[in-house]
Amino acid sequence: MPLLSVLIFFPILGGLSLLFVERKTETVRLVALVVSLFELVFTLPVFFLFDKTTHLMQFREQHDWISALNINYALGIDGISVLFVLLTALITVLCVLVSWESIQEKVKEFYIALLVLEGAMMGVFCALDFFLFYVFWEAMLIPMFLIIGVWGGPNRLYATIKFFLYTLVGSLLMLVGIILLYLGAGRTFDVIALAGQAYPFKLQLLVFWLFFAAFAVKVPMWPVHTWLPDAHTEAPTAGSVILAGVLIKMGAYGFLRFSLPMLPQATIAMLTPMLVLSVIAIVYGAMVCLAQTDLKRLVAYSSVSHMGFVTLGLFALNQQGLEGSILQMINHGLVTGALFLAIGIVYERTHTREIAAYGGLATTMPVFAGFFMVFTLAAVGLPGTNGFIGEWLILLGAFRAQPVYAVIAATGLILGAWYMLWLYQRIFFGGVGEQVRSLIPLNVREIVTLVPLVLLIFWIGIYPDALLDFLRVSVGHLVEQVHGATGLAEAGQTALMPIP
Amino acid sequence: MTDRLLVLNPAAFNWGMITPVLPELILLAVGVVLVALDLFAPRQRQLLPWMTVLGVSAVLLMNLGMSVPPEAGIMLLNDGYTAFFCTLCLGSVILTALMREMYSEQMQAHHGEFYSLMVFSAVGMMVMIASVDLMTIFLGLELMALPLYVLIGMHKKEFRTSEAAAKYFLMGVFASALLLFGMSLLFGLSGSTNLAEIGTYIKSHSLASNPALVTALALLVAGLCFKVAVVPFHMWTPDVYEGAPTVLTAFMSAGPKAAGFAVFGRIMLTVFPELEPNWGPVLVMLAVLTMAVGNIVALVQNSLKRMLAYSAIAHAGYALLGIAAGTASGMAAAMSYLFIYLFMNMGAFAILIIFSRGQEEHESIHCCQGMAAKHPVLALCMLIFMFSLTGIPPTGGFTGKFYLFQSALAAGYTVPVIMAVLLSAVSAFFYLRIIRLMYMGAPEGQVTINSPTVGILVVLGVAVAGTILLGVAPGALFDWAQRAMLP
Repeated sequence: MPLLSVLIFFPILGGLSLLFVERKTETVRLVALVVSLFELVFTLPVFFLFDKTTHLMQFREQHDWISALNINYALGIDGISVLFVLLTALITVLCVLVSWESIQEKVKEFYIALLVLEGAMMGVFCALDFFLFYVFWEAMLIPMFLIIGVWGGPNRLYATIKFFLYTLVGSLLMLVGIILLYLGAGRTFDVIALAGQAYPFKLQLLVFWLFFAAFAVKVPMWPVHTWLPDAHTEAPTAGSVILAGVLIKMGAYGFLRFSLPMLPQATIAMLTPMLVLSVIAIVYGAMVCLAQTDLKRLVAYSSVSHMGFVTLGLFALNQQGLEGSILQMINHGLVTGALFLAIGIVYERTHTREIAAYGGLATTMPVFAGFFMVFTLAAVGLPGTNGFIGEWLILLGAFRAQPVYAVIAATGLILGAWYMLWLYQRIFFGGVGEQVRSLIPLNVREIVTLVPLVLLIFWIGIYPDALLDFLRVSVGHLVEQVHGATGLAEAGQTALMPIP
Repeated sequence: MTDRLLVLNPAAFNWGMITPVLPELILLAVGVVLVALDLFAPRQRQLLPWMTVLGVSAVLLMNLGMSVPPEAGIMLLNDGYTAFFCTLCLGSVILTALMREMYSEQMQAHHGEFYSLMVFSAVGMMVMIASVDLMTIFLGLELMALPLYVLIGMHKKEFRTSEAAAKYFLMGVFASALLLFGMSLLFGLSGSTNLAEIGTYIKSHSLASNPALVTALALLVAGLCFKVAVVPFHMWTPDVYEGAPTVLTAFMSAGPKAAGFAVFGRIMLTVFPELEPNWGPVLVMLAVLTMAVGNIVALVQNSLKRMLAYSAIAHAGYALLGIAAGTASGMAAAMSYLFIYLFMNMGAFAILIIFSRGQEEHESIHCCQGMAAKHPVLALCMLIFMFSLTGIPPTGGFTGKFYLFQSALAAGYTVPVIMAVLLSAVSAFFYLRIIRLMYMGAPEGQVTINSPTVGILVVLGVAVAGTILLGVAPGALFDWAQRAMLP
């Protein structure tokens, strides 16, 4: 069975089938839930049948598509993409659940957009043809644009246009880079074939920056992160969760899948600017968090900081750094997704995101306070939670490669603990606020939404090998690809020696 | 003398000679029948659009099925190139004829001549496209343009249409003069009016650096740029497109423009391949300039019609990029793009016709406001067209642009392509504005639009299907365009 095609097109067709469902809120969201659950079930074979001992692409599919330009419909996943496929399916189910009550207008259109978006995201992670990848990458913009713009907060128009234009500029520049590589490699879009070429250094450098435009905006790296706080803040809860959980991971995924293996020399040459930008994002993001008065904005800036860790690990270019970076992406998807879900839950009750309006929430919503505590600690990186493993690996990798940056990055952890715990204190403890007094506790649907996240946080925190096993071989191969192609002595980066 | 007379004798006339122009002749007959029908059976006027569609479709199919082996010294050539562009232009005639009824109902202005004039213009386009001779090229150009002057000024009572007609006429004549001048220089240099012969002559006599030839090139490029509305020869376009009846604007930005590009490509690649280093970079510069002006000026337009006019200018810039690449693959990309543009552009204009209710004051972009709530299907169609015009997959606008950028990069124009993609991003802003108004704006007061006619619904269906299909599976179109470029 063409499993990956099913994963891509099932939610799209499921979403479009909603067009023919009667315009009744209950029916529509039930169908959406069933579709997203089935999609989650379809990812199980991927999870269980995945062969962890090879770096080769698995579940491959290949068909001619546009033969005039040698474009194929090629799909496949390896250790780097498999976890994202799983994450996408999981996050979407949670998004359907969390939108149950909060989306009351144009319900049908909302779920169509959400499911189509899910299919496109699956496509991004499964595509092995650069053209196909680009199609999904861009197509994703349409539903996301609508989700923020139609169902978002008061300032949604500004936020959605900003999001769209930032991403579009980056993507279009990447398109030029893709075509340049295609021409340089003798007219092929095959991702694997593109990686094995020795491009001239100048071409590599040009393409690296063109790709950087797309991926850095998506990650988002400092200083092109400014769309993120707006988009996160104005998006409906499901939109924020998807953005934080999956969408911004695609930037880092792009670096991993394309920039690193295809442009190894340029990557090595541009290491310093990349690391500097990562470290700035970590420290700057964390410090901006301290000054936020809006819940969602705070979490959005914390994403900037956390994604700084991800890119730091990525550009450490060794096994630990890369493994940590990918794991941290999954962690960040789960934890930040969870935080946005939690904020969405209280926002539905209070209709305010002002931190100052809260206080003493632990008295009226004790169960919720417990959940939030877990998420907070995971975001801070407490041992035993998943956040710890990711950050630990990243710092380990970074220390081995570039100790100075690792030291600066570590201060981000301290700031992280500061703003998260302070946030927790302001919301849950202290005098019981006016609005907080009459809040109703969590209902079953909300608990069902949050429980899987808590389980995952502890599962990954206690037994990270469950996920790291998926990564190990593929990441090893990637490290080899980067360093093998460049010749370390030539690059003059002794600190980059592979770790025995 | 007796030779000449022999030709007039039907029995002695070589009828095989006219086979290549059979489609043109039949189309001419269709036009005449339409005139007669309009004159003698005014009550059957509602049949006119369908007769037009039927007649033009027949010619289109015939043209597709025809393959006449080329002979030496012929003036009209029925090759793959001709077939491709004829399909494109006749397709635009069919779509326009289908849209016309809705528009004339809204305007309360039924002019039967519309259809026959458009068909005559189409004959001109076919002659232009098939021409491999300077004489017939000029003949075709004028034959195409003359009915258009009348068509634009048809609603005499409307001030702006008369202004548009006058502007278009004056500018058209000016462009024709430039072309003629260039053509006469070419004839003077080479002693032939046949494109291929001139090309061979330039090559064999290594005239590439002859100043007279370069002057001829410059004049021809300027004249052709006028016809396809490329900056800085675009000044007439916004006013004419805005002033002309909306159906006609849709038609002019697709059909005649494509025919202009057909001539443009044919001349550049047949006559001047030797001078490619001269005109390639210049055309690329003009292309980028055209995109810049079209897209940036469109940003500040408050009239949807005028915005689409500027967007049409910008899209001409994209198509020009393909010709400027100077390769067969570049031309194939430009052809594919024009083909895709036909669908998305016609679709967008169809929506404009429906939303604007035939009144000038409703041509503002605010006619779209809140339409998603009242007319979800129409709004969804417009959303698809807008995303396609921006160039977002999975729509045809993306695949077309992709092919263009690919061939321009293959020709080595990296910096211009980077500028082109950035200007695409600029264009996103005003296309998105329409979507934003439709989906995120509240409906303004009590807006009732006339229920769309069957014709315009067919156009919308075809446009949406074409836009999506060419976005998902453009392979067949690309193959066709590439085959058309084979000698």
